[in-house]
Amino acid sequence: MEAEKINVPTMAEMMSAGKKPDVLFWVGCAGSFDDRAKKITKAFVKILDRAGVNFAVLGAEESCTGDPAKRAGNEFLFMMQAMQNIQVLNGYEITRIVTACPHCFNTLKNEYPELGGQYKVMHHTSFINQLLEEGKLSIEGGAYKGKRITFHDPCYLGRGNGIYEAPRELIRKLDAELVEMRRCKSNGLCCGAGGAQMFKEPEAGKKDINVERTEEALETQPDVIAAACPFCNTMMTDGVKGSKREGSLPVLDVAELIAEAEDL
Amino acid sequence: MHFGIQNIIFILVLGVAAFLFARKFGRIWRNIKMGRNIHRSDRKGERWALMGRVAFGQTKMVKRRTIAGFFHVLIYAGFILINIEILEIIIDGIFGTHRLFAAPLGPVYDTAINFFEILAVLVIISCLVFLWRRNVNVVPRLKDLKGWAKADGNNILIIELVLMIALLTLGAAEANMEGSEAGPWLVSGLLAPIFSGVSQENLVIIERVAWWAHIVGILAFLNYLPYSKHFHIILAFPNVWYSKLDEKGRFSNLESVKKEVELMMDPNADPYAAPAEDAAPPERFGAKDVTDLNWVQLLNAYSCTECGRCTASCPANITGKKLSPRKIMMDTRDRIEEVGKHLDQGSEKPAEDGKTLLDDYITREELWACTTCNACTEACPVNIDPLSIIMDMRRYLVMEESAANQQINMMMTNVENNGAPWAYPQADRGNWIHEI
Repeated sequence: MEAEKINVPTMAEMMSAGKKPDVLFWVGCAGSFDDRAKKITKAFVKILDRAGVNFAVLGAEESCTGDPAKRAGNEFLFMMQAMQNIQVLNGYEITRIVTACPHCFNTLKNEYPELGGQYKVMHHTSFINQLLEEGKLSIEGGAYKGKRITFHDPCYLGRGNGIYEAPRELIRKLDAELVEMRRCKSNGLCCGAGGAQMFKEPEAGKKDINVERTEEALETQPDVIAAACPFCNTMMTDGVKGSKREGSLPVLDVAELIAEAEDL
Repeated sequence: MHFGIQNIIFILVLGVAAFLFARKFGRIWRNIKMGRNIHRSDRKGERWALMGRVAFGQTKMVKRRTIAGFFHVLIYAGFILINIEILEIIIDGIFGTHRLFAAPLGPVYDTAINFFEILAVLVIISCLVFLWRRNVNVVPRLKDLKGWAKADGNNILIIELVLMIALLTLGAAEANMEGSEAGPWLVSGLLAPIFSGVSQENLVIIERVAWWAHIVGILAFLNYLPYSKHFHIILAFPNVWYSKLDEKGRFSNLESVKKEVELMMDPNADPYAAPAEDAAPPERFGAKDVTDLNWVQLLNAYSCTECGRCTASCPANITGKKLSPRKIMMDTRDRIEEVGKHLDQGSEKPAEDGKTLLDDYITREELWACTTCNACTEACPVNIDPLSIIMDMRRYLVMEESAANQQINMMMTNVENNGAPWAYPQADRGNWIHEI
């Protein structure tokens, strides 16, 4: 059911129309370019639209936060990215940012303030919870009612910033059965993508980290693996591909679960 | 008993032990101060509270590994409380008195000693459990400890056993002595029959031997600490106090790089400006050797007790990669000690032996296997931060040596040219908008 087209204004468009958004949706590189992650972006936009949020994106003016460069050790490149982004964000007088990527979230929230970029930054799972609390959005459960869903904690959301409950709250609201993996929350196992690993082959070892983590997820006999990070999503999707559940176990972002449950 | 030759010997032993410990401690302090400066004295209230919880309260010890945590708390409680008695032992040793506190404290004294004896039994049980876990039914995370690291763990447990057995022997011998004014106590009273047929003269000898074994053992142990992983019993406290208080995901922004980039981006900066005559030579970006690390990282290395909880939770290590956060900390300590030895021998500059922490101790392969997931820092019971060392060494590799692999270089080139880790044009960044 393709209803009317959702309008996603850029900051430039808003500015020229003399308008200001309440919140900037920071899409991130994966959310902008990666075909799988773009689906997460679209699902989240549908949620924003349904809740009537006055938001905008930067479009072509957005650039990598510098996270993978910094974690690879290239502080120079990180600082150049950060300072350019801060110029753009401050130029538009941005005060609130929401993002579906825990890496962008962490960098914008924790590493930009010292460089002159001070914003109230939220991860989309916390933001959606807030929309629910404010009554701007409601979830009926729908498609995922009674389904077994296991949640993989992204390192930069969980351990990195202590956010464990926001995504779990949303899964519970779907009336789904949240099943925890052996290593979860502060003890969660990384998907293998962080620290710029996403962009290189792993070092020699017995196994790939995403395979180890996916096997752990499979132990919970899930109907769905839920993620809250585009990179974790890719890693877990790849992990499922080689397993006996290939083709029968979707890996979905929490925003996608909600958008689908609400048939957005 | 009265002041005599025993007391003179005791005073000498005590003095030598205190002197040797102070000298070694001073050298370690000097070694730690070789590190770069870092400001970690802010938010004092939070730091004291954290130290109370994590170091004193051992919250991270018992959080996940319950068996090890439980027995560790027993040894820890035993260690701290039984050592209250040292005060009396030292005074007795110096002045030739015997159980000086017994008479003035009366029943309180007996209760205290009874309590200490129960603790001593619990410590003995815990040490035996730990010896079992290290040597018979070996816990996975302790399996790859070899050589000195393995011996060190056993030495500590055996010394603790000897100390506790000496303490109980002391009481048991005393319980059989005629005219003994104190005791018998709970546990040593039960053990007393062991010495029931022993003559009074021999009882005195047994009592004295046990007394000396206990106190000399403690002083020897004190001097063993600075060479051992067991140094954590002292350094865990300052180590936790100086922990990183920020979110774990927040990595430091390098001040030196910030200045450079600000200059690059400042249209008014003079590109030909020479540095001031008296300007310090520029610092190395990142860390190649221990002297490039900050002093908290060096303190971390001396505080590590090699328990391996970090390595057991490291995704790279679990999947068979060479990286082990524990090894990062042990290598750092070994290298600091090596550099420290050059200083002891009168070398002016700390590290000019042609060796460095990078390559001679920690390989590049280890450094590149890290996912920066913070599992190691979360797992460490005393808030050691191996991740910060890995990051500082990566910074050196990338910014000083341009030694990243091709894929990482490709990613960085993309970020630099088109603002994304992949080679998509920046102008296409908003294309998804039209696909909704």
